[in-house]
Amino acid sequence: MIPATFDYFRPETLDEAAALLAQHGEDAKLLAGGHSLLPSMKLRLAQPRVVIDLGRIPGLNSIRESSGKIVVGAMTTHREIELSSLLAEKCPLLPEVATQIGDVQVRNRGTIGGSLAHADPAADWPAAILALEAEMVVFNRGGERRIAAEEFFVDLFQTAIQPDEILVGIRFPVTSRAVAYSKSAQKASGFAIAGAAVVVHARNRAVRIGITGVSARPYRASATEKGLKGKPLTQEAISAAAVSAADGIDPLNDIHASNEYRRHLALVNTLRALELAASRC
Amino acid sequence: MTVSKRTGYFGKSIKRVEDPRLIKGIATYVDDLRLAGTLHTMILRSPYAHAKILSIQTGAAAALEGVVGVFTGTDINPNCGLLPCAAEAPDLKSPKHTVLANGRVYYVGHPVAVVVAADRYAARDALDLIEVDYDSLPVVSDPEKALQDGSPLTHPELGTNVAFTWSVASGDLDAEFAKADRIIKQRMVHQRLTPMAIEPRGCVASYNAGDGALTLWTSTQIPHLIRTLLPGMIGIPENRIRIVAPEVGGGFGSKLNLYVEEALCSHLSMRLKAPIKWIESRRENAMATIHGRDQVGEYEIAVKKNGTILAIRAKTIADIGSYLQLLTPAIPTLTGLMLPGCYKMNAIRMDVTGVYTHKMSTDAYRGAGRPEASYAIERIMDLVAADLGLDRIKLRLKHFPKPDKFPFHTASGLTYDSGNYRATLKKAQKLASWDTLLKRQAKERKSGKLFGVGVSTYVEICALGPSKMMAAGGWEWGCVRIEMSGKVTAITGVTPHGQGQETSFAQIVADHLGVPMEDIVVCRGDTSVAHYGRDTYGSRATALGGTALIMCIDKIVAKARQLAAHLLRAKVEDVVFRDGQFLVKGAPKTNIGWATLAQEAYLAKNLPANFEPGLEASSFFEPTNCTYPFGTHIVAVEVDRSTGEVKIRDYVAVDDCGHQVNPLLVEGQVQGGIAHSLGQALFERTVYDEEGQLLTGEFMDYPLPRAKDIPDYVMGSTVTPSPSNPMGIKGVGEAGTIGATPAIANAVMDALAPLGIRHLDLPLLPEKIWRAINDR
Repeated sequence: MIPATFDYFRPETLDEAAALLAQHGEDAKLLAGGHSLLPSMKLRLAQPRVVIDLGRIPGLNSIRESSGKIVVGAMTTHREIELSSLLAEKCPLLPEVATQIGDVQVRNRGTIGGSLAHADPAADWPAAILALEAEMVVFNRGGERRIAAEEFFVDLFQTAIQPDEILVGIRFPVTSRAVAYSKSAQKASGFAIAGAAVVVHARNRAVRIGITGVSARPYRASATEKGLKGKPLTQEAISAAAVSAADGIDPLNDIHASNEYRRHLALVNTLRALELAASRC
Repeated sequence: MTVSKRTGYFGKSIKRVEDPRLIKGIATYVDDLRLAGTLHTMILRSPYAHAKILSIQTGAAAALEGVVGVFTGTDINPNCGLLPCAAEAPDLKSPKHTVLANGRVYYVGHPVAVVVAADRYAARDALDLIEVDYDSLPVVSDPEKALQDGSPLTHPELGTNVAFTWSVASGDLDAEFAKADRIIKQRMVHQRLTPMAIEPRGCVASYNAGDGALTLWTSTQIPHLIRTLLPGMIGIPENRIRIVAPEVGGGFGSKLNLYVEEALCSHLSMRLKAPIKWIESRRENAMATIHGRDQVGEYEIAVKKNGTILAIRAKTIADIGSYLQLLTPAIPTLTGLMLPGCYKMNAIRMDVTGVYTHKMSTDAYRGAGRPEASYAIERIMDLVAADLGLDRIKLRLKHFPKPDKFPFHTASGLTYDSGNYRATLKKAQKLASWDTLLKRQAKERKSGKLFGVGVSTYVEICALGPSKMMAAGGWEWGCVRIEMSGKVTAITGVTPHGQGQETSFAQIVADHLGVPMEDIVVCRGDTSVAHYGRDTYGSRATALGGTALIMCIDKIVAKARQLAAHLLRAKVEDVVFRDGQFLVKGAPKTNIGWATLAQEAYLAKNLPANFEPGLEASSFFEPTNCTYPFGTHIVAVEVDRSTGEVKIRDYVAVDDCGHQVNPLLVEGQVQGGIAHSLGQALFERTVYDEEGQLLTGEFMDYPLPRAKDIPDYVMGSTVTPSPSNPMGIKGVGEAGTIGATPAIANAVMDALAPLGIRHLDLPLLPEKIWRAINDR
């Protein structure tokens, strides 16, 4: 449980971090909460030559409202999201997801940006990011750009973040209370075997559903969304639509859940999240 | 035996005196030891389950800065003996268990080479520089396939995968089966488990070349047994070996063993003349510390229409992994012996086949063979009741021996010391509000829920045991010394590592000497202090170690009485001992206490003629029989029809472990045991794939029960003293793991019964249940 030798940098500014990243390129790993990176370094599954700790850069750890959007800094911990009164009021799906991540100790260290950049297919945040149609804000020496949720997740542990880019924040819309997250957790790790996040847009009778844990890449349950478009969220409508929550998906298969069971749990959790969100309309 | 009425500690719930140091983080575990000049080791382990080692290149590793040496089997094995197994079986075939792999590896995690370095970092870096060329060989992973003709062999030189066979048989089995109205059959799998003590193993060996003496600090349950066994491996006599078990962070049987790493570090310390430290990582712990359970049994039960169970016939395959560890072959024999549970029957036969596979060895894990037995017999009772349409409670009551039938001779040849099975069952039913619970179940079922109620009435074997049935003595040793100041040192040969005997033994000693508990220090776990002992396993420590201490006190009191008579100028027969004071009969004001007596005994200026100075005695206690604790657990569960998940709604445990020294400790043991059971019943399992790769080598993949998994327990007890020891204690360290697993399993199967599901094997994973529901 001892990592391979590496150089450690702790930049004080974002520019400094971006410069280090540009200099070291793929030899470098960014350290946020360390809850995925450090264990894999200790097992020597990851052996970066350079670790750049983002922990002292001011401004990355914040939750604020800015011109009608909610902006969460990448270094904001799960626990801070869980306890945020601003989010409870303006984007309640985020605290609801946060409470279902790991345990309090994990939530005190782990960050939303670290989790998203790591892109573990069983992490909880991707479901919320997709359902909320969030935007990821990334930074390099050339400045900032935004990546839409649908384009962000590329594959197993792969995102659209370029090697010289740092995820600095996530922009969320303000939502009503009609949101929900339902998850079947892997018993040992607590990660999602299947997790479904639902956002109901009551005004235009649309729902957005993000699903994590089921396939190599988190996805939007488009068929279910389509099935509910323009309809009142009755029990019948929800039940009929939820069965398509894994259409066209090739589920993962491991000792914790077969692909068949994963597919089933995608449907069950979609149904449950829809019911819960509908009850909050 | 005189017990002080004044102190009255026995039977009181007293908080553990061990806890403050543990809670404050100031206890000393092996890894906390910092000996000057310590060298650190790391072990290179096989990534293959079965392979030939073609070559090992250690040059680059040895050249790394900070590395002192890199050693392989060629360097080490000629200088170390083979790892011994203490258990016997008539036809036992044993491969040579060398300290490091000898040209071939037999499981993932098999030690191949060892690096010794100035620090852990250099040692770890050096591991990556060792180049091993393996030629992978066919893997034996499934114990049933291992028995088929043409299966690859785990150890080709043995010519078979069968390690041993063992049978227990009594009564006229064929006649009983001929009399049966019906023969009920069931196959049951008892899955492999990983003990996962929170503190992994580790040791520090320090050889003193001047004295030719070795001290080994190791995270173990059995320093004394190691002191007996290690000389044969490293060539130092036992009186030059000191073994210390410092604070031990959990054992559960996984540290009831002598491991190759202990011999390896001892040898390296002698060879390099420096203290050697090895600390196991979690991944190593999962792959190279013993596993538990892993049996497949085929059971046939001969029954009469009225439910009378005539006989049981069982064939069990025990997957014992690649090597014999200390007690490996003995574990499934405990299953055979305990198979009748707490029931009368006329005949029994169980044939055990121990099978080698390319996996880590199995050995004693909390319950050690008895959870397999209690699970089998308690599932059998429910299956018989279900198949014959009988009430499961009445069926159990019908087969209980009555309290006046004890000592009760079982169909498997054991003699149960004492029991009142009906009393625990009735008490548990009362605490569970049985009739209301069944009504609630009916209501829940009507509303479409899968609601189950499960019962198990278990019995187990503890306080192991009379020496004639043990491999290396089953007695226990103790020593009590009244110090010159009047303070008391009690030294025990058992090695508590979480069980709380520093507290419970202080209670016992305080009561018997009539002194405050605070005046007593209980020493354990160091063979230079506790010279002899047979350590802690098999829920033996309090019944046997506690009794040894009382025997010491009886000797001390007898001696002190002579001194008191001398000092009080009275006849010995006129001096009585009461509540910590020696009094002269008829003149109670003429008395003398321990402080004065101790001072006189050690100053030795005014002693009776031929009186040895000092106030100290040691004793060996040899039990006449084991003890047989028992109890009833009742569980209510709800199964989620859509996901197959199980939720525990109610949990009632009534246990009878005889007299209780400290009910708080008893409750803690039962609660912890139930937690272990919950894991086994619902989600824990060690998974190897067909290539012998371990897929559950981390806490990311091996689930242990967590606080939120644990239901609120309703706990109770009955007291049926054991006649096997003077305090009437039975033992409780493993009871929870033995009683609870079948109760939970029976509850889940009861929940699924309306769907026509008869039996599912452990663990009752949501997906397994979901499939069973949807296969209907």
